[in-house]
Amino acid sequence: MKKDSKPALPARREFLSKLGGAATCAGAMVGAAALGALPSVSAKTEPAPTGGSFPTKDYDWTKHKWGFGVDATKCIGCLRCVEACKRENDVPRNAHQFRTWVERYVHLEGDEQVHIDSHQDPVNIEASGSEKEFRFANRYKDAKVDKAFFVPKLCNHCTHPACVQVCPVGATYRTEDGVVLIDHDYCIGCRYCVQACPYGARYFNEEKGVSDKCTWCYHRITKGLQPACVEVCPVGARVFGDQMDKQSPISLFIRNNRVQVLRPESGNAPNVFYVGIDKEVN
Amino acid sequence: MEPIIHFAPYTGWVYPNETVFEWSVLIAVYPYLTGLVAGAFTVSSLYQVFGFERLKPVAHLALLTSLCFMVFVPTPLLLHLGHPERAFNSTLTPHWTSAMAMFGYFASFYVALLVVEAWFAYRPFIVEQAQTRNDLLGRFYRLLTLGSYDVSEHAMSYDKKWIFALAVTGIPAAHGLHGYVGFMYGSLKSREWWSSDLMPVIFLFSAIISGVALLVVLYVASCKLRRIPVDAACVKGLAYTIWAFIMVAIVLEALAFANLVYKGREGIEVIMQYVTGPLLVPYFLLQFAVGMIAPLLWLSYMIWRGTTGRALIAGVTVCACLVLFSVFMMRWNVVIGGQEISKTGKGLLAYHMPFFGKEGALVAIVLTLAPLAMLLGLTRLFPPWADDAAHAHS
Repeated sequence: MKKDSKPALPARREFLSKLGGAATCAGAMVGAAALGALPSVSAKTEPAPTGGSFPTKDYDWTKHKWGFGVDATKCIGCLRCVEACKRENDVPRNAHQFRTWVERYVHLEGDEQVHIDSHQDPVNIEASGSEKEFRFANRYKDAKVDKAFFVPKLCNHCTHPACVQVCPVGATYRTEDGVVLIDHDYCIGCRYCVQACPYGARYFNEEKGVSDKCTWCYHRITKGLQPACVEVCPVGARVFGDQMDKQSPISLFIRNNRVQVLRPESGNAPNVFYVGIDKEVN
Repeated sequence: MEPIIHFAPYTGWVYPNETVFEWSVLIAVYPYLTGLVAGAFTVSSLYQVFGFERLKPVAHLALLTSLCFMVFVPTPLLLHLGHPERAFNSTLTPHWTSAMAMFGYFASFYVALLVVEAWFAYRPFIVEQAQTRNDLLGRFYRLLTLGSYDVSEHAMSYDKKWIFALAVTGIPAAHGLHGYVGFMYGSLKSREWWSSDLMPVIFLFSAIISGVALLVVLYVASCKLRRIPVDAACVKGLAYTIWAFIMVAIVLEALAFANLVYKGREGIEVIMQYVTGPLLVPYFLLQFAVGMIAPLLWLSYMIWRGTTGRALIAGVTVCACLVLFSVFMMRWNVVIGGQEISKTGKGLLAYHMPFFGKEGALVAIVLTLAPLAMLLGLTRLFPPWADDAAHAHS
């Protein structure tokens, strides 16, 4: 059922661009207002920290427990999050290596099998124009769609991460505030962690010779900012916050929704909480 | 230089990051070499510890083979690392929960054990050479004596005790090293194809048959090269060893596969699609039918008919070659096969091995054959032939 949708693409692109642009502006204003309400946040008022402090001088990682929420019912598949992440984190500009990506699930009428695709799909690459741009091809425009939804994916920052367990040198580790990081200066590049992650969240950066994955933009969140993907999401499908703060967006998200995690049977205890995903999402 | 990333074609649904194969053919070569080490050492131990006299002609060859292959075991890993210069980090600051972190210790211990055992085994030869040669090699042997020229009966019996103790220690060390390689795959819960409790034992038994098979080939080839008659009793002893262990290997692999299919957990449809499709030839035909069942039947026939002489030697050698091939296919089917089945359980990928490049077929072939070149050199310095007058400890 692979159908290309080139003729409809420019219109859709323009529409998404306008929609995304408007939403980003609105998001930025709301974000700025929210930051203004948090006087202790250092990023706005203080100079960048100097060497010797990790991650910032006044950051205490015992006072936070970060969490991430994904509301799949809101995601429109605009892929601004993917773009933003690639730019923010210097992720290789290709359609095969991601810190975060978006999956599309489509149920067609009279077809029992769900159709799943993402950015590495040749049809989507063609629709994007290059491997450095990311768009979902409108391949189902002539089909009768029963049900369709997008699912943003990223590292689950598990409480019991398989990747951390298998790292032979301890280059990947879990921080006190619940983020799984990689020390690129210590990673030997064996890629055991890439194999061990059941979510496919890790990739190997050939240029740097080390494994890489989402850090929830640790360099940003420790300065009071949102992860780049959350910041640019025009519809609020991505939610981030401190679970120690009972009024934070993530605490409210978990409290007000019936959330679920991916592959709970793995025992990894993920910390990305999903709303609105279907049975075939894993 | 611009790094080259090969993206793998796929069918169905796979995670985007999976479209880059992270473990190449070199990671299949690594357990293959380790297996040959463990298998060759088993033969050496069967003679040294369990007194299998008919294996005497290959006992020292087995020890040298084990040592040569062990020296090359880390090379595929080092070539694969993104930062090989940091390889020692895993030994200097090991992360204890990682199965991989123990490699440095296991490997170092085992290399040391092999070197010490070989030294004891060759001490009379080294002393004799040190005393009779005056050339540069004489100096080399004199250095190797470590100042000990005592080859009296008392000293020899003392040496024998050491050899026995080292061989006894070496059995769990060699098999532990290889069982642990299997654990590295079997313990991962991300891939259904790997995640089997039987994986370490499967690796172990396939290792033993591969090592014994290698010795058959090396022994017969060495006899041909040296223009001496092949000891049929020794070849038969090795054939019995392969026969006994190959049965267990087949049963274990079949059990693991049956378990996987019978449990039928998430993703089994794709696994079945894989084994009946792309894996049909490499797995069922090459690894099982040609590499294991055929040698088992052939060996059984020869044992049943009491085949001897040239027919036995030719038959066992061909069987050994098939076993060597089968075990490589097993490593391939585990390492590459595991990655060809997507973690999503909804798609399949296809690995295309480059011929050239750091992780290509050429390097894999060179690394597999390099230990043989080293062995050729070592046999010149330390002749392992039992028929040689100037032979080491018997």
